[in-house]
Amino acid sequence: MEVYFDNAATTRVSDGAAAAMMTMLTEAYGNPSSLHQKGFEAEKTVEEARKIIADAMKVAKNDVYFTSGGTEGNNMVLHGVSRAYKRRGKHILVSDIEHPSVKDAAYKLTEEGYVVETVPVDDKGYVMPQTLSAMVREDTILVSVMHINNEIGTIQPMESLVKAVKEKNADTLVHVDAVQSFGKYPLYPSRVGIDLMTISGHKIHGPKGAGALYVAPKVRLTPLVYGGDQQKGVRSGTENVPGIVGLGVAAREAYGDLESRKTHIAKLRRHCIRRLSEAVTAIDFNSDLEEGAYHILNFRAVGVKSEVLLHTLEEQGIYVSTGSACSANKKHHSSTLQALGQDSEATDQAIRVSFSTYNRMEEVDYFIKQLQTALPMLRRFTKK
Amino acid sequence: MKKGYLIKYGELAIKGKNRWFFENALIKHLEDALKPFGVFEVIKEQGRIICEPAEPVDDEEVMNRIQMVFGIVGVSPVYILEDNSFEHICAVAKEHLTDQYDDLNVTFKVESRRADKKYPMNSMEISRELGAYLLDEVPGLSVDVKNPDIRLNVEVRGKTYIFSKVVKCLGGMPVGTNGRGMLMLSGGIDSPVAGFMVAKRGVFCEAVYYHSHPYTSERAKQKVVDLAKILARYNGSFNLHVVPFTEIQLDIYERCPHEQLTIIMRRYMMIIAERIARQRQCQALITGESIGQVASQTIQSLVATNDVCDMPVFRPLIGFDKQDIVTISEKIDTYETSILPYEDCCTIFVAKHPVTKPNLNAIERSEKKLADTIDAMIEKAIKDTEVIRIEPEL
Repeated sequence: MEVYFDNAATTRVSDGAAAAMMTMLTEAYGNPSSLHQKGFEAEKTVEEARKIIADAMKVAKNDVYFTSGGTEGNNMVLHGVSRAYKRRGKHILVSDIEHPSVKDAAYKLTEEGYVVETVPVDDKGYVMPQTLSAMVREDTILVSVMHINNEIGTIQPMESLVKAVKEKNADTLVHVDAVQSFGKYPLYPSRVGIDLMTISGHKIHGPKGAGALYVAPKVRLTPLVYGGDQQKGVRSGTENVPGIVGLGVAAREAYGDLESRKTHIAKLRRHCIRRLSEAVTAIDFNSDLEEGAYHILNFRAVGVKSEVLLHTLEEQGIYVSTGSACSANKKHHSSTLQALGQDSEATDQAIRVSFSTYNRMEEVDYFIKQLQTALPMLRRFTKK
Repeated sequence: MKKGYLIKYGELAIKGKNRWFFENALIKHLEDALKPFGVFEVIKEQGRIICEPAEPVDDEEVMNRIQMVFGIVGVSPVYILEDNSFEHICAVAKEHLTDQYDDLNVTFKVESRRADKKYPMNSMEISRELGAYLLDEVPGLSVDVKNPDIRLNVEVRGKTYIFSKVVKCLGGMPVGTNGRGMLMLSGGIDSPVAGFMVAKRGVFCEAVYYHSHPYTSERAKQKVVDLAKILARYNGSFNLHVVPFTEIQLDIYERCPHEQLTIIMRRYMMIIAERIARQRQCQALITGESIGQVASQTIQSLVATNDVCDMPVFRPLIGFDKQDIVTISEKIDTYETSILPYEDCCTIFVAKHPVTKPNLNAIERSEKKLADTIDAMIEKAIKDTEVIRIEPEL
């Protein structure tokens, strides 16, 4: 039995998206920039996908740009805003639980004289509006807070946070990494005051290597990639047509099915929480069980190294993720869990399961059963 | 005119009556090594070996490959002529110089050997006339018969061979001419280097690796496979024996004092390695141990580990500093793979304060606690060993 519980890492491509991509690979393979009919056809499919994404976000088509994924989108924002607005200020705020593509891109800017401050989170991973507001200054040009945290599933109170920023400094731009929320928890940037929003295809049953970035009108962005002037020069380069089309189909399927997917997945998570609480010993939950994202569940099997548990589970066909990864003599600790104040022993034991619409109740039961078998054995062998 | 490769071998040359055995082994290794690059004729000739490709080949790739074969002292690109008319020899000699050397503002000397007595010129005449021709035709050249930059060799036999540059090779002896050994291979920096050094002396190596699922990952195992494939470039294809070690490791963990865990584990690893070595007709074990790097490698620990072996254990790195080992590892291209972060032993099994001067009696007493289960576990581990055939990866 293959039980794939790592959907926050990546998801399988839906049959619809895969079929659409195949057509673009082998039949409608023109370059959208070509002047002839074949190019025009390709261009049309790209624009159709752009419309789907724009409609899902409830924004104008012209404000959506295709990228190679979440990492590139985030880099475009950090790089692009910092350069375009440096005369306005050089102060940037990022939350303590951002994805490395935000954090690393931000910290790189400190080499050029930008001041990057980290906004702390509470022990459940929430950014407090008051805290955020207090840190916004006159020269703050950008605030970046992810909508849903990929490791534990914390959902930020986006509306309050944007309000807190804009009331303090109306010129500060707000960027939201919505990679984990797009297609699951709708967020309408233009209605909430969000200036930039990143999304990615491979988290919603679209292909890897395709994502999109929303840029509110009036926001200037110095491009990261030059040469060709596609997409109004904001992101040059021949468009990844198959990827974009796949992303479009995946988005359309997600938004067409949003409520029933949510119901189904939330049910799986609730069942999993209940079974872990009642039938498996010594489980501590890291996620906010009530308010956390319905597809992510992060917990700790006390006394068991998560990477060892991961390999034990994979032998039974179950795929999950850990809060840290073992490297030779150099542990890569979950920065989110550390930001929550957990010590290294706890972060070493964190397991993340993340569900999709393809998962079934029987899979959760199978998972629990395997845990019940594996944990006692693994708990015999802890580091002395 | 064909371009080939002239191989000079060293130590083999003094083997007397067994020389044919070593030469034939070397020829076989060269044939195997060159197979991916095309059809080659590999022939013995006057105490050297000539590799002649049927079609033109990628010179750099072939030279690199030849330099990985043990038993060779030097290799020269050689120009082979069927037509040995003097005009042709001159033309090819000139072509050889301009092809092989960027800068020809150098001194040279022609050294000729004429084995074909029917040839109208003798060796001195060949050297003199060819030397004069080249002085005229190639600007920048000048003659130095004492200590020239370039020694241009011309040998006239059935065919004529022109060569000059000798690229130094690894030396050593052809793999397999000095028996078989079993290398204890881990994913670290040291053991691949140890395998390389012993293979270089002509010992054909197989390898054994201990895998502890789920405490070690598939990636850790793949890392060892990748290292083995690099070693196979020098050693030739061989079997990697992957021993499932979890059960034994856990038993030791549960029943023996924690600070002795590493030593006792290594002892059982050597017992199993020796068993597999005998099965595979190997006469010695090989490890990457050197003295004093880690607790299990103090002299006392080495004594305690070695105690279980009847077979000789070769430890070619015993006197090396870490930096020396790293330097060799970089030279043989295993370093980058060795430092990939996939642990071959989960940290659960590393004691905080491992014993550095183990008392052999104490160790044996601890091992007695395992007496009721260990033999069956060893048999099972050997029975369940996965054998992976390792081919050279270029």
